[in-house]
Amino acid sequence: MARMNDIGGMQGFGPIDTTEDTEPFHADWEARVVGLFNALRAQDVFNTNEFRDAIESMPPAEYLATSYYERWFKAICTLLERKGVIEPGELDD
Amino acid sequence: MTSADHHPDTLIARRVRRLETLLEEKGVLSGAQLDEIIDASLSGASPANGARVVARAWTDPAYKSRLLADGTAAVRELGFMEGGFQRLRVVENTDETHNVIVCTLCSCYPLRLLGPSPSWYKSEAYRSRVVREPRAVLAEFGLNLPDDTEITVWDSSAETRYMVLPRRPADTDSMSEAELTGLVTRNALIGTAEL
Repeated sequence: MARMNDIGGMQGFGPIDTTEDTEPFHADWEARVVGLFNALRAQDVFNTNEFRDAIESMPPAEYLATSYYERWFKAICTLLERKGVIEPGELDD
Repeated sequence: MTSADHHPDTLIARRVRRLETLLEEKGVLSGAQLDEIIDASLSGASPANGARVVARAWTDPAYKSRLLADGTAAVRELGFMEGGFQRLRVVENTDETHNVIVCTLCSCYPLRLLGPSPSWYKSEAYRSRVVREPRAVLAEFGLNLPDDTEITVWDSSAETRYMVLPRRPADTDSMSEAELTGLVTRNALIGTAEL
């Protein structure tokens, strides 16, 4: 099955927002998510390839509806559930 | 509950905090550890590093040869480690050819040499279009190349990262290597600008 991240050459995404932004993160939670990724990978909870796969196998509608670092967060949660570190629903309100 | 609580950013921020707390409770990691890792992940990553590599290549032909032959080893000579396991390939712009880099699948990028990537680099619009209509995309960045300039687009992968070696601007013969470093911009290293 084609994965939604494989968009090279796809048409319809419109113009590029070429705004110059030099801030690496646009909210504190984005930095925390990158920190979580690096910390969990350093502890071998998961590896980079598993993480990529978790992002790339997101359902297309969900992939397109989420921001870059939201995908990271969802992938981390998916892997933590798959590895049994957290239970499904444990993060819900 | 205020309206701000319904903002998607607030919702996700709360979930991220909750996950951090949960992982601390489970003894998987500590908050202090996380702060340290966040600081370390970006420290030393800057387009000034890529600029130094370019200025050296402009002023030292032997270095330039080594850089184009084996980018990973050549940037290490200047003290830059680009990725633990990835290969760096440096592609040279000339009067006839222009290079531009992308990661169509996600966001691979030589972080140490270019600093954090701009949002547009990670956008679906840039990733999907630059491989199909690079000339039009470069024009959106204000870079209008002559029709007979050949454009090569390099699609990054988990194994290989790319950096563009821009053309040295005219009338810079008298400039020092340090002065030349100051001319190099992040977008020129990606290929969405010239100097």
